[in-house]
Amino acid sequence: MAETELAEDKALAWTVKVWRGDAAGGGFAEYAVPARANQTVLDIVTHIQRELDPSLAYRFACRVGMCGSCAMEVNGRARWTCRTHASKVVTEGGTLELRPLANLPVIRDLATDMAPFFDKWAKAGGRFQPKDAKDGEVPADFAVVPPASKKRQEADAGIECIGCGVCYASCDIVAWNPDYLGPAALNRAWTLVNDVRDGARRGRLDAVAGDAGCHSCHSTQSCTERCPKNLDPSSAIAGLKRSIFWRFLEPGGDR
Amino acid sequence: MPLDATHRLDLRARNHPAYWGFVLHRLSGIGLALFLPLHFWALGQAIQGEAALDGFLRWTDNALFKFAEWGLVVLLALHLAGGLRVMALEFLGWRARQKDLVAASAGFALLIGLLFLFHAG
Repeated sequence: MAETELAEDKALAWTVKVWRGDAAGGGFAEYAVPARANQTVLDIVTHIQRELDPSLAYRFACRVGMCGSCAMEVNGRARWTCRTHASKVVTEGGTLELRPLANLPVIRDLATDMAPFFDKWAKAGGRFQPKDAKDGEVPADFAVVPPASKKRQEADAGIECIGCGVCYASCDIVAWNPDYLGPAALNRAWTLVNDVRDGARRGRLDAVAGDAGCHSCHSTQSCTERCPKNLDPSSAIAGLKRSIFWRFLEPGGDR
Repeated sequence: MPLDATHRLDLRARNHPAYWGFVLHRLSGIGLALFLPLHFWALGQAIQGEAALDGFLRWTDNALFKFAEWGLVVLLALHLAGGLRVMALEFLGWRARQKDLVAASAGFALLIGLLFLFHAG
């Protein structure tokens, strides 16, 4: 404890520019925070809200990179603030810039409305549909897919997504076309396309084809570059494009 | 929801090799698209007879046009390499080493440009 206090005494203050506003618009407010050696960006946001301005709105839950709710734009890049050491992203001049995630409607300050993001998961057919059961029914037994099998590994490749929205907020295509389903929803669809127990492949490929789907992707790969879990949505989207291409060549495959 | 409250990407979000690969591919494509009408116009000179085309070709036989031609060759090579990169990514499912691919694409384009320069004289 004494050591922490000593560090704080010696430390200079950092200047944090935080975007404050709501759906109508807003601008940056500046806060001076202690330049602690060991703190995350989320710690800094929490410090501002608890010590400097209790009206600051932001979102977090787990603080350890499991829930995906604390994503924001840190110095222009979407990140999990809970897993970002402040000392690694602060500029040489000791400044930080925090904005709400791009491409999503702002509710207030650093909190965005994630509804459009998750609505697109539903539109992309993100729900698992058991092969051997009718709509909504739970099958008596699931086929076992051995974890080491190629099929299972293909399905596992993108399954760890926790829906934080970092890829969505880093994607140019989402910015250009508001209907575009986005990397996370398409990654989810690709996971299910690869799941041999799933029975909704045809409908799902239809849902992810076309202008608002995988064919809009320009392979800028920002999603893959920025994913905090090192997933590869860009390759998932390429996989969907391939599957739809080969299906088109099958007899009667164009419908 | 007014647009001004939805935050936009800036250059800091886009600054990585695969994005620059995309930018090069797109800009070279636009450059080539702008060149094509000129190209067809030049070829069209032949409709008015051999002399018209030859006259135009003589007029372009100078250092400035050679330099522009070099730029054109580099644009073509860039666009070709960028297209191959996208095909490899989408059809072969190449996941990793994108940085190397982007660098190789740019290197290939410059190499073709240099080869052109060697033959330009």
